[in-house]
Amino acid sequence: MLTDQAGKGVHHDTPGPGHSAQNPLRTGGNLLQLVSPDGERISHPEFDVWVKDVGDEQLCSLYEDMTVIRRIDAEATALQRQGELALWPPLLGQEAAQIGSSRSLRDDDFVFPSYRESGVAYVRGAHLAEIARVWRGNASYGWDPQRINLATPQIIIGSQSLHATGYAMGVQLDGANTAVLAYFGDGATSEGDVNEAMVFAASYQAPVVFFCQNNHWAISEPVRIQSHVQLADRPTGFGIPSIRVDGNDVLAVMAATRVALDRARKGGGPTFIEAVTYRMGPHTTADDPTRYRDPIELEDWAGKDPILRLRKLLEAKGLLTQDVEARVKAKADAVAAELRSSCIGMPDPQPLDVFNHVYSTPNSWIERQKDHYSRYLNSFNQPVEEGAL
Amino acid sequence: MTATMIKEFRLPDLGEGLTESEILSWKVAVGDTVALNQVIAEVETAKAVVELPSPFAGVVAELHEQPGTVVEVGKPIVSFEVDDAGSSNGGATATAAAAAEPVGSPAKREPNLVGYGAVVEHSGRPARRARGQIQETKSPAPGIPAVSAPAAPPSVETGDSERPRSTPPVRKLARDLGIDLEHVSGTGPGGLITREDVQNFSGASEAPAETQVSRAEGERETRTPIKGVRKLTAAAMVQSAFTAPHVTEFLTVDVTATMELLARLKGNRAFEGYKLTPLTIAAKAVLVALRNNPSLNSRWDEAAQEIVQFNYVNLGIAAATPRGLTVPNIKDAHRLTLRELSAALTELTDTARSGKTSPAELSGGTISITNIGVFGIDAGTPILNPGEAAIVALGAVRKAPWVVNDELAVRQVMSLSLSFDHRLVDGEQGSRFLADLGAILADPAMVMTMI
Repeated sequence: MLTDQAGKGVHHDTPGPGHSAQNPLRTGGNLLQLVSPDGERISHPEFDVWVKDVGDEQLCSLYEDMTVIRRIDAEATALQRQGELALWPPLLGQEAAQIGSSRSLRDDDFVFPSYRESGVAYVRGAHLAEIARVWRGNASYGWDPQRINLATPQIIIGSQSLHATGYAMGVQLDGANTAVLAYFGDGATSEGDVNEAMVFAASYQAPVVFFCQNNHWAISEPVRIQSHVQLADRPTGFGIPSIRVDGNDVLAVMAATRVALDRARKGGGPTFIEAVTYRMGPHTTADDPTRYRDPIELEDWAGKDPILRLRKLLEAKGLLTQDVEARVKAKADAVAAELRSSCIGMPDPQPLDVFNHVYSTPNSWIERQKDHYSRYLNSFNQPVEEGAL
Repeated sequence: MTATMIKEFRLPDLGEGLTESEILSWKVAVGDTVALNQVIAEVETAKAVVELPSPFAGVVAELHEQPGTVVEVGKPIVSFEVDDAGSSNGGATATAAAAAEPVGSPAKREPNLVGYGAVVEHSGRPARRARGQIQETKSPAPGIPAVSAPAAPPSVETGDSERPRSTPPVRKLARDLGIDLEHVSGTGPGGLITREDVQNFSGASEAPAETQVSRAEGERETRTPIKGVRKLTAAAMVQSAFTAPHVTEFLTVDVTATMELLARLKGNRAFEGYKLTPLTIAAKAVLVALRNNPSLNSRWDEAAQEIVQFNYVNLGIAAATPRGLTVPNIKDAHRLTLRELSAALTELTDTARSGKTSPAELSGGTISITNIGVFGIDAGTPILNPGEAAIVALGAVRKAPWVVNDELAVRQVMSLSLSFDHRLVDGEQGSRFLADLGAILADPAMVMTMI
C-alpha cells in the first residue's frame, strides 16, 4: 500500500499484510480511527481508554477550537490577499491533526512547530497579533517561547526536530517528567535533519514525540513519490515505535498523542505519529495547487473533512444545539475580527529593532553594530559632501 | 449620524515579491454593496490565479482598472464608499491613513521573488564622506545637487559602466520591442527606466504621426496586446507551419455503420455512463490505423539528426478553452480499451474547459486529432501540433446523398482531413493511413483485418 492511501478504519487486532513477526514495530498499514468519516464512533480495544475522559463538553470545545482555527486561517488568507500579510501558510484540512495533538499537551510540555501550526499556537495561548506579525513581516519572531512553551515557527524544513530532540535530552538531564513534541510534515521525513533527530532520539531514548502531519503534498511533490513505504514505517528503522492515525479524526489523534506523551514521560523514549491528513489549500498564499493537483483528489478529501466529521458525531449525539452553534460562531467571529484589527493596527517596526533580542543580555559587539547602523541611517539626513555617487 | 468616506484598495503583492498582476475579471460593479472579504475580483499573477476578497464593507464607488489590464502593485484598483464610523474593518485608522496618501506615485517595486536573494540597492545610498586625497573633483558650490555635476569622478564611480537601471519586466518589454535601454532615459526614481519610458521611446522612434492616427480612429478598431495563450499559440503555429512541410489530404467516408455502432454501444450496459461520440470511435480508429502506418507517429529530431519512431501513442486532442486553443494529450492511448479511451476523452475535455490542464498533459504528444465537426465544418488543412508528424481533422457527420450498390441513398457522411509532415511521411504512407482510417469508419468490422 502506498503512503497516500488512507484506508477505512482497520482494527489493530487484525494484522495487515505488512505486519511481520520480525519487526513488531511496523504498523502494517493500519490506520487508527475512532470516528468514521460519517461521524460514527468506532470502538477500539486499545485506544478507547485514552479518550475515555473526553465527554460531551470537551467534544464541543474541540469542535469550537477546530472551527475557530479554520476561521483564523480564512481571515489570514483574506488579509494576505488584501496586502495586510506578506504570506500565509494555510492549515485548511489539518484542524483535527493540530487541535487533537495540541489539546493533549500539558502546559509544561515544550513544543517545536514548523510554520503551518497556527492552530497549535492558538491553543498554546499565542495572541492573534503574535501569530500574524511574522507573516506581516513586522518581526522575526512571533511570541515569547518561554511564556507558552512553544518555539517560534521554523521555516527551515524539519530542523525543529533536532531542536526538539536536543531539548528532550536536556529534559532527561534535568530529570523532569515533561515531554517534548515536534511538528513537521511529510516532506520533512525525507530531510537529513529529521533522520538525524531520530537517530539521537532513539540512542538516548529522549522523551520526544515526532508528530508528522502527512498532508500528502510537499509543495508540489506528492508523498507517494517521496516514500515507497508508509511514513509511519520510516522511524521503525531507527527503532522508534510509531502510530499511524487518521489525522482528520480528532479523537484518534488525541488518543495517539496521549499514548506517545505518556510513553515519553515514563521514560519509554520517543514515538513517531503519522497523522494522515490533507492540505486542502495551497502550500502558501503564493502557490497555485491547481497547476499540479488533480481536483478530484481534493473532492475525495473534502468528504473526509475533519470538522464535518466531528459535526456529524455531535449531531448524532444531539449535542449540536442552536446554543452551541451560536456560541461557536460568535467566538469565531470575534477571533477573526480581533485578528484583523490587531494585524492592521500593528505599528511598523523601527530599523534599529533588528538588534533587539539577538542576545538576552547586553552585548558590546551588538551595541557597536547598532551604533554604526544608527549613524549610517542618520547620514541619509546630512547634506551631501562629495561628488556624485 | 453617519458620514461616509471613500477608501481605496491598492493592488497588493499577492505572491512573494511580485510587481504586477493582471485583472482577469470584476465580480462586482459600481454601486454594489459588498461585505468584508466578499470576492470582488479575479487576478492573475505570474504564479497563480487568485480571488481578491474585499478589505472593506461598503459600496463600490469606482473600479479604476478594466479587466485585462496589467496593474502595478500599489496602484489603486477599486474605491469603496464606507461608513465612517461603522466600518467593519477594525484597523480603519491605519488603513485610512494609508489610503489618504496622494495616489500619485506609489514607490516603485522591483521584483524580488523569495529565494532569489535581495535586490541590490543602487539608489538612496548615503553620500560618502570626502576622503583626504581625492580632491580632483572641483566641488560644486554648496547647495547644488551633486548629481548635476557632469564630470563624474574617474575611478570610484561605477555608475556609468553599469547597465541602464530598470526592472526585469521592463527589460523584457524593451527586448521584445527591440529597444536598447542605453538609448532610453529614465524618469523613475534615480533614473530608473519605467515601462512608460520604454513605451514612449518605442512610440517616438517609430512613426509618431501614425500613432496619433490610430489613436484618433481608435473607435474603429480594438487593439489587444499579444500575450498569454494567444502569443504562445501564435509562436507554435508559426514554428510548425514554417518548419514542417505540410501535406493535406481529404477523404469523405460513409460513416453510417459507425453511427449504428455508436447507437448499439449506447444501449449496451457495459457502456452505461460513458460518453460515446463519433470522436470516441474516430480516436480508436486512429490508434488502430497507426499500427500498420507507424511513420505517422514519429518525430523529426533536427538537433540529433534522427527520426524518433514512437512505440507508444500520446494522443493529442485540440480543445477550445476559455483561454484559447490547447492540445492536451492522452498518455499511452494505444493501451486503452474503448471504455478507458472514452473516459480519458471526457476527463481531458472537462479539465481543459475548466482551464485546469496541467503542463504535463500538454507536453509529449505524438499525434493529434482536431474535431472541427463540432463547429459544423466539413474539412480543413490543419496545422501540425509542433513536433508531431500528423494531425487528423474530423468533419461534421451529415446526411448526404451517397451511392450504395449503384443506387443513390441518404447516408451519414463525414470528411477526414489529414495533414502530415512530408519530411517524415511520404504520400504513400499518409494515403494508406487515411484510407485505413476511412475503412474503419465506413465499416468498423474492418478492424479485424488490421490487428
